Amino acid sequence: MAEEKFDVIVVGAGPAGSTAAYMLAKEGLSVLLVERGRQAGAKNMTGGIIYSRIVHEVFPRFWEEAPVERAITSYNIVFLNGRSALTLNFKCPRFADPPYNAFSVLRAKFDQWMAGKAEEAGAMIVTGATVDDLVMEDGKVKGIRSGGDEIFADVVIDAEGAKSLLVEKAGLRGDFNPADVSVGVKEVVELPEEVIDERFAVGKGEGAAFTLIGGLQGVVGGGFLYTNKSSLSLGIVARIDSLMEKKVKVHELIEDYKMHPYISRLIEGGSIVEYSAAILHERGLRQVPKLYTDGFLVTGSAACLLINNLFTLRGMDLAVASGAAAAKAVLRAKQKGDFSASTLSAYESFLRENFVLTDMETFSRVPDLMDNRRVFTVYPELLCLLMESLFSVHPAPTMKAFRRLRELMKGRVGLFEALGDLFKVYRAL
Amino acid sequence: MVDIIVCAKYAWDVAEIKIDPSGKPVLEGVPRRISDIDKNAMEAAVNLKEKHGGTIKALCFGPASAKDGLKELLAMGADEAYVVEDPSGGMLDTAATVEALAAAIQKMGSFDLILCGEATTDGYTGQVGPRLAGKLGIPQVTYARSLSLEDGSVVAERDLEDAYITVKVSMPALVSVTREINVPRIPSLMAILKASKKPMTTWKLEDLGLSKEKLEEVSTLKTVKLEGFAVERKRLIIKEKPVEEAVQELVSNLLKEKVLGV
Ligand SMILES: Cc1cc2nc3c(=O)[nH]c(=O)nc-3n(C[C@H](O)[C@H](O)[C@H](O)COP(=O)(O)OP(=O)(O)OC[C@H]3O[C@@H](n4cnc5c(N)ncnc54)[C@H](O)[C@@H]3O)c2cc1C
Repeated sequence: MAEEKFDVIVVGAGPAGSTAAYMLAKEGLSVLLVERGRQAGAKNMTGGIIYSRIVHEVFPRFWEEAPVERAITSYNIVFLNGRSALTLNFKCPRFADPPYNAFSVLRAKFDQWMAGKAEEAGAMIVTGATVDDLVMEDGKVKGIRSGGDEIFADVVIDAEGAKSLLVEKAGLRGDFNPADVSVGVKEVVELPEEVIDERFAVGKGEGAAFTLIGGLQGVVGGGFLYTNKSSLSLGIVARIDSLMEKKVKVHELIEDYKMHPYISRLIEGGSIVEYSAAILHERGLRQVPKLYTDGFLVTGSAACLLINNLFTLRGMDLAVASGAAAAKAVLRAKQKGDFSASTLSAYESFLRENFVLTDMETFSRVPDLMDNRRVFTVYPELLCLLMESLFSVHPAPTMKAFRRLRELMKGRVGLFEALGDLFKVYRAL
Repeated sequence: MVDIIVCAKYAWDVAEIKIDPSGKPVLEGVPRRISDIDKNAMEAAVNLKEKHGGTIKALCFGPASAKDGLKELLAMGADEAYVVEDPSGGMLDTAATVEALAAAIQKMGSFDLILCGEATTDGYTGQVGPRLAGKLGIPQVTYARSLSLEDGSVVAERDLEDAYITVKVSMPALVSVTREINVPRIPSLMAILKASKKPMTTWKLEDLGLSKEKLEEVSTLKTVKLEGFAVERKRLIIKEKPVEEAVQELVSNLLKEKVLGV
């Protein structure tokens, strides 16, 4: 039987894989992109905000053709406690103009578009097939295994997302603790377009994003609410160890959310059309494995490239940027005709040049900040109580704001503890 | 050696059909895939070919996008695929479908066996197979739950719900199969890769000496109403009551709705 061989095999047609396949096929390399879903995007869930500037560098003016939902112009940070909520709202009309800042996307459509770009560029896409293993020879990656089939390539690019198996098979998995995994759930709630425009006070084609802190029974995690064209994406990302410790299930938390008056009003009248769950690695740089070996590169979520700095959750843009960096490294290796680890190591420098790794370093302290439970319990509560106290008028002597705060802090958090936490926030963000 | 044609519909995934506020089913954006039972037909064809040798051609009267679905049949083991483009957007009846399929089959050349599913997973009329056999003037065996070849004849066990009946017919013949006949294979990566190199032919009705008008003429079944049927939830919420009362109310409602029975 004739042996099947490609220049490059890319595993997984998410943003990382499709970007790499697109860039390599465009340069004339023979590329096989393998996706286990029925179509690209079929198995993908995400909160759904993609930061546009980095994507624009790879797919110039992608918003003109890609199925984006809304350009996000209203950014909200919401602290939840009991039945109250404190919101910080930032509106930026400038974000409604090219190159925008971020778009909400629905992955089923968006991923198909990106995979389509790769196919147009000449990549061969196979969907409905799962890669189970790598073909290794003398410690070098020579191809992939799927079912009983072996297919060979000069380089295999791993873009499998957070549940990557190949990273381990290639012997690259770094310091990895299963307890360090977070779980994400998301519901898509359908609402008419006009209702969303009005309810979120946004112009045509514009949208709002909410980062939710607190209101999760003290579980380490946070929530998000994004507006799509005619639906909302409501979700929670929570640490598995914390869920286990508090003995709550993540779907119970999302039910709590929906009962909170702040959220229930935003989703009122909508019908849930989709529910999905996924895992993600939020522990930052420390979880990133070695990114390359002979004939093999790791990109996107497979490489744990994710930044959660409490305000923004970035993964898709890093996936695109890492897919592009991997493609550049492979092109260089192709030129040299050498696919060894030492040539492919250029990938890591490209990841610094396009700020993926530098940004991960900048926020490398955030995961530790998140270990501090007070961030998710005491502080949202304190902020809401302080506001309640500041705005209520009683037939009794009033206090100045700081005294009220000190009163409220009693039994919740000590002054020095709080100052220490504040300093940690300052250092992390 | 047996030369087989498998007829397959690029059907709507009915699980994905939504109903708009006015009660109409929304077909736009509903994903399509090869009708499940037609995959059983393809699997049956592949099994026969593996045993006796020969060729398999897959044929679909449907949208141009049916090519995406036919790729799956090529990966399962068809040697070639043919799409006859339906200009009506799937609104013609089974008589018109049969007209188009028959014309294509005549152009495709000689065959021993035509296989199809007992019915499609969207329309579920179950008429195309029998009508096609009639149109081509060949014997037909419907609802086959097993299939084999014996000295140039087809032996099939038919599932008549309360009885099985084994029949034998000479070829060329048409056989429609049930879901129970086999489990369709999931193509391997290599099979999918190879499929991308197999020939795929697209014909317009005009290539077959037909036209949209002509098909509309034979298409006598007219759709008078297309209506969605949604089961409404009761949305009964019992709240702000002492537990005993709330439970009482819940139970009496469940009894009323015959969810609980005594
Ligand atoms: C709840 C939640 C909310 C999020 N919100 C955001 C957000 O708002 N903004 C943001 O930028 N990021 C967000 N992220 C992160 C984002 O989803 C990921 O960073 C991004 O999807 C990574 O892209 P990727 O291409 O690396 O992997 P993925 O998008 O996970 O794609 C991997 C693909 O590979 C396929 N695959 C896997 N294994 C195999 C195999 N063995 N063989 C064949 N195919 C395989 C999968 O089916 C999948 O299609 C969120 C994540 C979660 C879980």
